[in-house]
Amino acid sequence: MGVSAMLATLFAPLAGSIAILFINRDQTKAIRLTALIIAVLTFGGSLLLLPGFDTSTAAMQYGIDVSWIPALDAGFRLGIDGTSLLLILLTTFIMPIAILTSFGSVNKHEKAYYSLLLLLQFGMTGVFMALDTFLFYVFWELILIPMYFVIGIWGGKDRIYAAVKFFLYTLFGSLLMLVAIIWLGFQAGGADLGIGFTTDLAKLRLIGPNIDADLQLWLFLAFALSFMIKVPVFPLHTWLPDAHVQAPTAGSVILAGVLLKMGTYGLIRFNLELFPQSSAALAGPICILAVIGIVYGALVAMVQTDIKKLVAYSSVSHLGFVVLGIFSLTVEGVQGAVIQMVNHGLSTGMLFLCVGVLYERRHTREIADYGGITRAMPRFSVLFAIAMFASVGLPGLNGFVGEYLTLLGAFRSPFLNSWAYAVVSASGVIFAACYLLWMFQRVMYGTNDNPENHHLRDLTKSEYWQLVPLAVLIIWIGVSAQPFMKYSESAVRAVVSKVEQIKFSRTTTATLPSAEARR
Amino acid sequence: MNYAALIPLFPLVGFAIIGLFGRRLGSEKVIGSIASLAVLASFVTAVAVFMGLTSMPADARSFTVPVYTWIATGSFSVDIAYQFDQLSILFTLIITGIGFLIHVYSTGYMHGDRSFPRFFAYLNLFVFMMLNLVLASNFLLTFLGWEGVGLASYLLIGFWYDRKFEGSGIVWTGDAAKKAFIVNRIGDFGVLLAMFMLFNAFGTLEYATINAQAGVVLGGQETLVTMITLLLFLGCTGKSAQIPLGVWLPDAMAGPTPVSALIHAATMVTSGIFLIARTNVLFAMSPTTMAVVTGIGITTALIAGTVGLVQNDIKKVLAYSTVSQLGFMFTALGVGAFTAGVFHVMTHAFFKALLFLGSGSVIHGMHEEQDIQKMGGLKKYMPITYKTFLVGTLAISGIPLFSGFFSKDEILWFAWLNGSPILWAVGALAAFCTAFYMWRLTALTFLGKERFDHHHVHPHESPKSMTIPLIILAVLSAVGGLLGIPHVLGHPLHLPNLLEEWLAPIFANGVALLPKHTGDHTALEFTLMAVSVGIGAFGIWLAHSLYKDGTEKARALGARFSAVYKLLWRKYGVDEVYDVLIVSPIVVFSRSFLWKMVDVVLIDGIVNGSARFVASTGNVIRRIQTGVAQHYALIMMVGIIALIAIVTVPMLK
Repeated sequence: MGVSAMLATLFAPLAGSIAILFINRDQTKAIRLTALIIAVLTFGGSLLLLPGFDTSTAAMQYGIDVSWIPALDAGFRLGIDGTSLLLILLTTFIMPIAILTSFGSVNKHEKAYYSLLLLLQFGMTGVFMALDTFLFYVFWELILIPMYFVIGIWGGKDRIYAAVKFFLYTLFGSLLMLVAIIWLGFQAGGADLGIGFTTDLAKLRLIGPNIDADLQLWLFLAFALSFMIKVPVFPLHTWLPDAHVQAPTAGSVILAGVLLKMGTYGLIRFNLELFPQSSAALAGPICILAVIGIVYGALVAMVQTDIKKLVAYSSVSHLGFVVLGIFSLTVEGVQGAVIQMVNHGLSTGMLFLCVGVLYERRHTREIADYGGITRAMPRFSVLFAIAMFASVGLPGLNGFVGEYLTLLGAFRSPFLNSWAYAVVSASGVIFAACYLLWMFQRVMYGTNDNPENHHLRDLTKSEYWQLVPLAVLIIWIGVSAQPFMKYSESAVRAVVSKVEQIKFSRTTTATLPSAEARR
Repeated sequence: MNYAALIPLFPLVGFAIIGLFGRRLGSEKVIGSIASLAVLASFVTAVAVFMGLTSMPADARSFTVPVYTWIATGSFSVDIAYQFDQLSILFTLIITGIGFLIHVYSTGYMHGDRSFPRFFAYLNLFVFMMLNLVLASNFLLTFLGWEGVGLASYLLIGFWYDRKFEGSGIVWTGDAAKKAFIVNRIGDFGVLLAMFMLFNAFGTLEYATINAQAGVVLGGQETLVTMITLLLFLGCTGKSAQIPLGVWLPDAMAGPTPVSALIHAATMVTSGIFLIARTNVLFAMSPTTMAVVTGIGITTALIAGTVGLVQNDIKKVLAYSTVSQLGFMFTALGVGAFTAGVFHVMTHAFFKALLFLGSGSVIHGMHEEQDIQKMGGLKKYMPITYKTFLVGTLAISGIPLFSGFFSKDEILWFAWLNGSPILWAVGALAAFCTAFYMWRLTALTFLGKERFDHHHVHPHESPKSMTIPLIILAVLSAVGGLLGIPHVLGHPLHLPNLLEEWLAPIFANGVALLPKHTGDHTALEFTLMAVSVGIGAFGIWLAHSLYKDGTEKARALGARFSAVYKLLWRKYGVDEVYDVLIVSPIVVFSRSFLWKMVDVVLIDGIVNGSARFVASTGNVIRRIQTGVAQHYALIMMVGIIALIAIVTVPMLK
């Protein structure tokens, strides 16, 4: 059942995307409903991945392998482990909400819009399932097109600039990745394994660690650059605020909720698994960028006057924690990073929905245009507060679990070997409280002085049901993270122990005894 | 005794019911009852657990109830688990007992408020979080409670979110709420780092393991212990409003008065004392930290006490008083008198809750007036409030046989014995301030001429729901000190120091690490006791003679020492200094440099610049593509000729 659930999760959105093309474009109701039903069914289908999933193994599950381009040994190879499972569920969970939120806000070219959203879901799910570099690349690039149009057609005033910036930034990175994929394929052919050129990830994982250190470093960098643009890691982040501000609410929700996670997922799946030596060697510099991003994103978020931009910069800060956790190369850190990916998707997705709620009513995102909104919208204020505190990292809500574990990982990491990373990053926790509480205070508290805000309507039923499921998960993960984290535990342990083995069996100098002493 | 885990559950259920259903539950009576009964249920259960503990042998009075695994990955694992022992049950009784009284009081105080259900939901949430803080069996769960009470405090300070509030750099109640949360976050940063270090060293965050193995694991690593404890203490200065993070508490008075009584006087602000008591072994291992705790504690006690001398807002006087009293508690902990510190937590919870609730009764009866200059003579109109307030004032001033006398005197005594005569002297000076500002408050509020406008203000006594809690608290404030009768008084009468005996196993390991001061000091102890009582009485007398007829005399005095007066009135300008030195620079740097320079000019300059470069290059090169066939043919001809030339010329040679 697992394999069919996986295939259904992947292909149902594609089928839906095509099906919508056959609906008359005037029948907007039918178009919307089709999209929503497909997305909800896909979420239901993806839940079927859970019962058969074996949490005790790090091996890929539900694997399928269909030959595609024999000359390249490229195959339609899919499979999931705990890490990808959580991200797939995140995707299928976010999409119905993103579609639902579009009902009110998107009212031109709806046929194309919903078709593109489902195509986008197909691509994202594919990225998390692909076990073949060529296939991965296809899915990776596939996403670019629908997202480009979603921003460029349904976006705000400067949508074209934002869409092009998004497109070029990402394309620049992915071209480097393509070169690395081809090079890696040839390396497999050159290695004495009796195989030729290949894009099979399983085979590449065998030869990856044996690639000559210098070359491995270049390949690592090519992949890493592509992923780090997507995350985005400082200083490659400037596309993000523009893209978020211009994108429609659903676009922002998907962007923050899922798309950015493709970058951090890629770092684990490719950089850590294929190039353990380089991962260990470059952990320090990458973590420095992550730490800068955490503090920088928070400080810049603090001085924004546009709510959406504020949330966008907060993403730079929050994703910094994810990258820090990954390159702490400890089980705690990487596990924290994985759960933080899910958490950020939920809480930041919810924040963007909340900004959307305000924007729908007032058509402005300037903080100064609001104030005292709580009086007019009490229900909204509760849900907005939950999203905000999740983002602040309050214990008992989800954000804390991820931040805490990534910091703990960085603190204990034998690869980073310094407390400084965690200490500086932890200051981001203070700044997060500053910018979010300050924003909340200016928007929601005080008196409602602006006459235009006097009669704002509280949440509609639809908005309410977009936000409540997110709030439930935010609290659930916050008070009981274990049922979620158990899925990725084995996979993460395997990755980390691979890096640890290689690092500490080769270098017998300074780092080894201290790492031992820490145990 | 697994039922003990129900203690934190009741208020959670109360919070969930009121939070989810709110007004749909019915009248204020129903909502107020649900909230109060939830806390009462916890209190009753806590009493049962307490009885259970007393029936056990003294050194085995501890058990843990695990509920479920919260987070577990790699070598890290933390449970939701509650630990019941002498310390946690004492705090639980204070929290739920006083918490219940304040819930009842609030049903009267908040009567008619449009957000009545929201208030009680928050109040139950607070009690739940506070119980997690003290009952946790590990640091992380305490931290959940620690930040959770911060959340409840934030929500309740900003409860009247559309009201203005006058404070340093503060316009709205929401500003005060935000300030409290952020300042506490700075402290929490320290706790977070301390937890990392502890986990690194011990491989666990369980209190039981850490306390038991501290000597083995951290023995000889004094620098590390000092770092850990100082970072923990940073958290304590946030939560318990000590220097340098004490600036939020006076502004927290923006919240409804019952909140000030429960959160900002009786319970939450003593979390710092709890944390040090819980980890007393670690603190005792670092003389440096102990010295810092003492120094900060005594300085805060004096500074806050002096600021309290000149404030005119009834709640602000009490707020500075609270900061000052918390300073006393830290002084006690710092000199190793752990029991004395916890003792003062308890008596302070009684009399300060009483005083705050009394001030609430005054504010209620005076139609929201908080300026004591516009009061006076209220004794006549609010007899119960007056009498109970008087008991509170005498207790906090350390008048013999009232509860504050026992606990404060014990602290001062240990300040001399384990510390130094100078420490005692500073403490005595702070105690003088206490007696002075408290009597000033009492005199200006209840005695002398009536200075309010009789046409608009009609003072009246508060309803029973408010006065009954006052009476109960007054009784506790009067006799609560008997739980900790000092040996010098108790010994001749064969009265035991019950609290010391009860808490002894908790502090045994910590105290064992500290230097002992043996010998017979009876005469000295009596002398100091007499002196400090004299100082308190002098403070009261002085305040009475200055303020019994209103503020004129004091105003003349203030004019004569205007420099000192202004300094105190402006609270030493700490808020302003923080703003100029820390807040503004960070904001300006972030806006003008990081955002406008690095992001917009530098990075985007490169990005857009390279895009422009590609575009303009393309613009030049595209001119070659003219679309005119003749041009292409011409270029083709040139090319072919060139090729032929390249191939044939060498052949000609």
